Amino acid sequence: MSSSYFNYTNSPCAACKFLRRKCTSDCVFAPYFPPEEPTKFANVHRIFGASNVSKILQEVAPHQREDAVNSLAYEAEARLRDPVYGCVGAISVLQRQVLGLQRELEETNADIMRYASYLGGETASVYGDRRG
Amino acid sequence: MASSSTNSPCAACKFLRRKCQPECVFAPYFPPDQPQKFANVHKVFGASNVTKLLNELHPSQREDAVNSLAYEADMRLRDPVYGCVGVISLLQHQLRQLQIDLSCAKSELSKYQSLGILAATHQSLGINLLAGANADGSTTATVRDHHYHHHQFFPREQMFGGLDVPAGNNYDGGILAIGQISQFQQPRAAAGDDGRRTVDPS
Repeated sequence: MSSSYFNYTNSPCAACKFLRRKCTSDCVFAPYFPPEEPTKFANVHRIFGASNVSKILQEVAPHQREDAVNSLAYEAEARLRDPVYGCVGAISVLQRQVLGLQRELEETNADIMRYASYLGGETASVYGDRRG
Repeated sequence: MASSSTNSPCAACKFLRRKCQPECVFAPYFPPDQPQKFANVHKVFGASNVTKLLNELHPSQREDAVNSLAYEADMRLRDPVYGCVGVISLLQHQLRQLQIDLSCAKSELSKYQSLGILAATHQSLGINLLAGANADGSTTATVRDHHYHHHQFFPREQMFGGLDVPAGNNYDGGILAIGQISQFQQPRAAAGDDGRRTVDPS
């Protein structure tokens, strides 16, 4: 997927179809916005704008562009579903879950320590009794 | 939400080099002393897209929307490939690891609890748990053996020292911004969604 990509003979990419323009062989969007996924580009265009997406793609290495487009598409979809928080809402939820599990793990470890001390103490006292 | 002060255009209008009107939609959220905030948002989303987004929201929601857009823009500029989707991926990985560790710790704890009950029972019956202490000469070292296992379930430093970021990825903004995210109110779409919005970026 690079500048050597050639568009389908009669099928413009989803971006060019959306933008109603000719899809040339060096179209920067064509490798990542196939015509059978029109919503992907529509979402990205609505949130980021075509020119911003084009600039981002040109700033990243060719082998990273597919990931960049997919992450942009994910963010755009998240923003359309939740116009206030977008994917930052998911980050917030995940952070709370991580903190919750961290607390629970610390508590469990503390309990293990208590049992270990208790059992160690019991063992020592029994051993001490045996010694004494 | 005050409009821009008499002689000071908001950061957006300053950036766009236009007159900042009293009804400027950006003014309440892009104060002149935070020029970078609008510059980032403009670079990633564009002014007209942000205007449309804000106009679709109730005024009470706009501040949170702007702050989340600013966060996304900042993350995208730091990491042009993954943006804040990279943060999501990292958090999901942390969550999975914590779930595994917690499961192991609980399993270990239940063993200790069983031993604790056993020890208490044995003591009350006057039975000695030490090696060589059994009447038939057999050894029972069960209690001591478990002491060597508990250390592996302690929280590992690299997991809980904030986001564990591999060298080379610019997630400093993510680490610093975690404090910012806590200022957001309960995301309405995420309310009651704990566990459901486990996103899986491709």
